Amino acid sequence: MEQTTGNKGKVAAAAPQQAKQVAKSNVKKKQFKRYLPLFLMMLPGLAYLIINNYAPMFGLIIAFKNINFAQGIWGSEWIGLQNFEYLFKTTDAYIITRNTILYNGGFIILNLVIAVGIAILLNEIRSKIMARFYQSVVLLPFLISMVIVSYLVYAVLSIETGFMNKTVLPLLGLDAISWYSEAQYWPYILTIVHVWKSVGFYCVVYLAAIIGIDQEYYEAATLDGASKWQQIKSITLPLISPVITMMTLLAIGRIFYSDFGLFYQVPMDAGALSDTTNVIDTYVYRGLMQLGDIGMSSAAGLYQSLVGFILVLLANYIVRKINKDNALF
Amino acid sequence: MTHENKLWQWAANVFMMAVSLACLLPFALLVISSFTDEQAIISNGYSFFPKQFSLTAYGYLLDQSQELLRAYGITILVTVLGTSVSLVITSMLAYPLSRRDIPLRNPLAFFVFFTMLFNGGLVPTYLIYTQYLDIKNTIWALIIPGLLMNGFNVMLMRTFFITSIPVPILESAYIDGATEFKTFRSIVLPLSLPILATIGLFQTIGYWNDWFNGLVYLTDPKLFSIQNILNRILTDIQFLSNSGLGSNAGQSMAKMPSGTVRMAIAVVGVIPILIAYPFFQKYFVKGITIGAVKG
Repeated sequence: MEQTTGNKGKVAAAAPQQAKQVAKSNVKKKQFKRYLPLFLMMLPGLAYLIINNYAPMFGLIIAFKNINFAQGIWGSEWIGLQNFEYLFKTTDAYIITRNTILYNGGFIILNLVIAVGIAILLNEIRSKIMARFYQSVVLLPFLISMVIVSYLVYAVLSIETGFMNKTVLPLLGLDAISWYSEAQYWPYILTIVHVWKSVGFYCVVYLAAIIGIDQEYYEAATLDGASKWQQIKSITLPLISPVITMMTLLAIGRIFYSDFGLFYQVPMDAGALSDTTNVIDTYVYRGLMQLGDIGMSSAAGLYQSLVGFILVLLANYIVRKINKDNALF
Repeated sequence: MTHENKLWQWAANVFMMAVSLACLLPFALLVISSFTDEQAIISNGYSFFPKQFSLTAYGYLLDQSQELLRAYGITILVTVLGTSVSLVITSMLAYPLSRRDIPLRNPLAFFVFFTMLFNGGLVPTYLIYTQYLDIKNTIWALIIPGLLMNGFNVMLMRTFFITSIPVPILESAYIDGATEFKTFRSIVLPLSLPILATIGLFQTIGYWNDWFNGLVYLTDPKLFSIQNILNRILTDIQFLSNSGLGSNAGQSMAKMPSGTVRMAIAVVGVIPILIAYPFFQKYFVKGITIGAVKG
């Protein structure tokens, strides 16, 4: 606009355009005024996301620095990839990656098989009251905090007074086992605890999908003399497979993140078990809070964030290929 | 055919009974152990059929009731405050994003959405909250980090607004001269009670069960929520009497029935949820379904 007023020759030609622009900016002003309250409404939420989510994302650069608390995140000295070199030289990097992926991979398969199985059976139960009772009970562990779960596990596995060592093993004529110091049992223990705690959640999801299936399919199949087993195999499973695919792929997208409570609380933070209970999340926590090794800890954290991000994108890409509606974006 | 059906009913019921037992028995063991005599536990371990019952553990906890009540007070305060603020800021962010006519709608939605894909993780989050915001050992540590609002809930609520609030109502409110805040408060929110209740329930459970923030940001036991107390006692049974928190601090350790107290305190921690569960069970199930389908 300044240009047009400065150049007389062009003023005439530019006038209508100028008027248009003024009108446009008036509209913009009006729009701004109209939507200002809506933007104000968003402010607290956006501010929270900036503090809680975006600032830490930028804070990830700490992995390339030698942290100095007096100088903060920005002031600390750059050291390039040194933290990563140290991290990947240790066997820890291998162990935590292996544990994280193997545990979560196993969890995904077991959750799927057991939850679908239970959901199918729940759907078969004719008594509404019983069906609701079963569902509530199976979902109960999902509701409980991991601290409470570790008390339950302690009641079973306590070395001196646990149900296993004092009742079950003597009954079988076996010697007591000091559960909290023998790492080889923990893959099984943690898997059982995880499935116990979370299978109810997946069960609810799959049950909702099964209930959504049109009853006519089953009626037609029954008329044709199909057995229950055949019905499950050729109606139920194929029709809930989109949900299964989606849930599984989303879980694979999060395979680099583990349930911190499960791996930290349930083994009661026992150092002797770290070979089979240490995952990326517990490694990062211990480095930061217990060992004061923030360099390694932040390197492991960045490693997790980046690989996790790539996996989420990949999983979503595949979901999108299969069924656009189920994709996250 | 009916024969086959009957067989299925039987098999399904028997199997589900077994599954239900597997889910409930650990809780039963916990509760029964908490009522067992300490001596019986030392000789026979935690058991479903204890040799002798006793209330000593609860008597001991009653002596420490001041600390437990304070912890419960903190849990309740944090849960109520956190859930309320969470609902307010989540809905206030979700509603404008649901409006088709707002400028910058897509970039802003992406700004929220991106937080669901990528995050900084524990170390930078910890540094931001402790170095720049000084949240350590304040009550805010239990409310703000991680729990207050998340992109997932915002998106869930936004979808609800888009699908359940008819645009003509909003337009006529605008023509009638209602301000945006007024429309939001007296039209949008009353129409959105189902989603507010669902997200409110999940936030409540989230705050009630949270122990992580206390573990990371609190060292002062005076601010511990009930979950933090449980967390500490699990590995350090002396915590209650040692922390200087105990009303009978310095009471001789020999007196404490540690085996049963451990179980009793877990019972005290879990009982409110067990009692409330039947009442909100229906909404809980519904919420899981909505979340998974829309996730």
